[in-house]
Amino acid sequence: MIAFTVLRRIGGSIPSLIGVIVVTFLLSRALPGDPAVYFAGPAANAESVQQVRESLGLDKSWPEQFVRYIVDLAHGSLGNSLTTGQPVMSDLIQRLPASIELTLAALIFAIVVAVPLGVLAAARPDSAIDHLCRGLVTVGAAFPTFFIALLFVYVFYYLLGWAPQPLGRLDEIYYSMPQQVTGLLTVDTLIAGDLDAFRGALAQLILPSIALGLFALAPIARMTRASMLAALGSDFVRTARANGLSRRTILFTYAFRNALLGIVNTMGMVFSFLLGSNVLIEQVFGWPGIGSYAVSAVIASDYAAVQGFILMMAIAYVLLNLGVDLVAGLIDPRVRYEG
Amino acid sequence: MNAPPILDVDALSLDFRTRAGRVKALDGVSFQVGKGEILGIVGESGSGKSVSAFAIMDLLDANAEIRQGGIHFAGTDLIADGRVALDEMRGREISMIFQSPRTALNPIRAVGRQIEDVLMRHGPMTRAKARERAVAALARVRIPDPERRYHAYPFELSGGMCQRVMIAMALACEPLLLIADEPTTGLDVTTQAVVLDLIRDLVDSSRMAAILITHDLALAGEYCDRVVVMHAGHAVETGPIGAVLDHPAHPYTAKLIAATPSSAESVETLASIPGNLPSLIRDDLPFCRFRDRCERRIARCDAEPLPVETVGEDHTVRCWRPL
Amino acid sequence: MAVATRLRDLRYAFGENPLTAVAAAIFALLVLCAVFGPALVPYDPLATNSEMRMAPPSAAHWFGTDQLGRDIFSRVVVAARLDLGMAVAAVTLSLAIGTALGAIAGYRGGAVDAVVGRIFDTIMAFPLFVLAMGIVAALGNSVANIVIATVIINLPFYGRYARAEVNIRRESAYVEAARMGGNGAASVLARHIVPNILPPMMVQASLNMGWAILNAAGLSFIGLGVRPPEAEWGIMVSEGASYIFSGEWWTFVFPGAALVLAVFCFNLLGDGLRDMIDPRRRT
Repeated sequence: MIAFTVLRRIGGSIPSLIGVIVVTFLLSRALPGDPAVYFAGPAANAESVQQVRESLGLDKSWPEQFVRYIVDLAHGSLGNSLTTGQPVMSDLIQRLPASIELTLAALIFAIVVAVPLGVLAAARPDSAIDHLCRGLVTVGAAFPTFFIALLFVYVFYYLLGWAPQPLGRLDEIYYSMPQQVTGLLTVDTLIAGDLDAFRGALAQLILPSIALGLFALAPIARMTRASMLAALGSDFVRTARANGLSRRTILFTYAFRNALLGIVNTMGMVFSFLLGSNVLIEQVFGWPGIGSYAVSAVIASDYAAVQGFILMMAIAYVLLNLGVDLVAGLIDPRVRYEG
Repeated sequence: MNAPPILDVDALSLDFRTRAGRVKALDGVSFQVGKGEILGIVGESGSGKSVSAFAIMDLLDANAEIRQGGIHFAGTDLIADGRVALDEMRGREISMIFQSPRTALNPIRAVGRQIEDVLMRHGPMTRAKARERAVAALARVRIPDPERRYHAYPFELSGGMCQRVMIAMALACEPLLLIADEPTTGLDVTTQAVVLDLIRDLVDSSRMAAILITHDLALAGEYCDRVVVMHAGHAVETGPIGAVLDHPAHPYTAKLIAATPSSAESVETLASIPGNLPSLIRDDLPFCRFRDRCERRIARCDAEPLPVETVGEDHTVRCWRPL
Repeated sequence: MAVATRLRDLRYAFGENPLTAVAAAIFALLVLCAVFGPALVPYDPLATNSEMRMAPPSAAHWFGTDQLGRDIFSRVVVAARLDLGMAVAAVTLSLAIGTALGAIAGYRGGAVDAVVGRIFDTIMAFPLFVLAMGIVAALGNSVANIVIATVIINLPFYGRYARAEVNIRRESAYVEAARMGGNGAASVLARHIVPNILPPMMVQASLNMGWAILNAAGLSFIGLGVRPPEAEWGIMVSEGASYIFSGEWWTFVFPGAALVLAVFCFNLLGDGLRDMIDPRRRT
């Protein structure tokens, strides 16, 4: 029964995946002028442009090009990057762990701060914590991520000297890169037992992940507070109070678990923010992930790389949303049984 | 009444503090519930029936303020010390069930677990014992196949079943008093009868007392022993149900009875009660809040606070010109 | 009568939440900068002055000067026109097109609904900023394309809301009456349904403005859209970013602060509007 619902949900993602692939294809062919010129690069002459045109099949009809695109994708090929000369797919795979580590750290930070804040704000209305929560939500939603990131670097690195120089994931003059197991430096250094390098990697990670996480903090805190308030004011909490259940049970087992539904539903939007803002944060902190790769590609008009990045991000987002749906089904039995 | 009442509400006055002013929701409300009897509280929507119950159980918002009066349960003062006595008694000695049973249960928790939560709270009890007693509670409210239904979620059960689950939760610790706030509103007529019969049987078999809050006078007539009629935050008439229905003393009660459809009436003879409930936020509320809708009004009604007139055995009315 | 009610609502909203009044004042200031900025600023925003490069804030240059000696205060004020202009254009177009598409889909149902729904779903399947990057990269680096990208990624919000609201109202009594009066679908939609759904859509739009500004600034920050020497807050922050390490903070802080102010103002206005129109939805 449950397996069937899971399969159904996975099946529901397929139209989105198809849509995403079609749109990225269209974007790559909607370039002003001759796509072959762009793919060949600024240094190409007429002959190499023609070569590129033929090798990429840009002289064929659109349906033929689309089929070829699909076939390439099925083989894991996203074309070659102009700037690195490597296949885009291997560039992305090599840089992906850095972005994953950054985004994961930001998400953990956002949740660990926002959820308790929202719960406390709802449990104590009009208190100092409630005002702090509401203030944070209003202000946090107004700050551009890149500006916060720059302010952080200015204050914590330049003025206070607390943070290390924002030159990437690990200062390789002092520390050595660990053996790659997960690709996440914080985890790998611990596995390798190199505590110094762990601290180094962590120090580099703190500022960018907090800068990235702050923007996600606002909607999570807002939704937590709103959901908790709704749950605490609901009929079933009133019944629980009438039956004498303890404050703790009411807050956590009854109100919070119900509020989780609202929070999980926000996560789709939060992931959209995180994946998008990732690009900006990596740019500011020189973080060697796929976001900074995409920015360099955009500036260099390296179209294959840009498309590859967009497709990868979009697929990641579809999968993340699927995950959110499945988690919602775990929490809320009503959702499991609907279509 | 010979034995001391299990619940004694004495001249209770309660306000809601709102931005627009003070709403004087209850004014000098008094009634008692005896051991083993079912007291009905009847009146229109907005008359203060539910507010009284919520005030007893301390379920009102923070902006509710008890201005005057007392609530005593089994000899304990329920208002004193920031209502701390209620913390232990709620769910154990006094219980309450609500209308709209589906929304009144936790939608994402199995109904059996919810009953278990109440049992564990008022323990001491082990998980296994609580589970056993939860299933027994479900059986006692005549839910078929209680072992399986233990795992059901509220959305999988009908309205009537959900109400029975709520009753099971409320009675799990064998309270002395059960307050039922419009427990059958929204249920179909057959289910209504089933639920109320269940409540009456449980009351009879355990010598528990009950308060049945309803806007339906006919329902009160069938299930209650005594009744309190409320209007705009006042308890206007109190007495044995037979006496009140046959010989109403307050003009409002008479109008309520006339407005209640029964099988003998035709639609043409149904009378409506003219006017509306007065706004309770005004500063200049009259002594009698029914006077704008009453044809028996005299000068005294505007000049003096309402009396308590005895018109029969245990039958009182708050009116200067009872019927 | 309606005007009197609205005025009373306004006074209540401002009284309830003085921040809304503050936001309105900031909004007025921003509009002033956008409309009259170029005429009022002390220096030409494009005029370079190599002797005065990287000067800290002073009486002569309130916000200091940048790496080419341009007065930052003048540039920040003048940039309001471009940033607000892009956001207003994007939100207006998004609102119009999204509402139209959603209303038609909700009214017609069937195949039209399915296709429009699929378009919205596909847009929403992307992380929005990433999609905007892709659109601008594909269409070319220009301000117009930033607007187009922002319009596209915002369409689903308005479209879905319009569709849902039209669906609800499609079967209502006054629509039936209009239909029976011989009005065609377009007329029914335009004259009866859409005016009723516009107020909550306007609330959405004002809440969306802040996001549209951030989106445009983000794109400019990474080098898409606006080119130097244009004065735009995002690109100014980007140019100023290189000078953090030499401590010349004024080059990025002031344009960044302008961004924060603008977004904050629109968010508060949106909240105030929402409280006025539908007090039940306050969080």
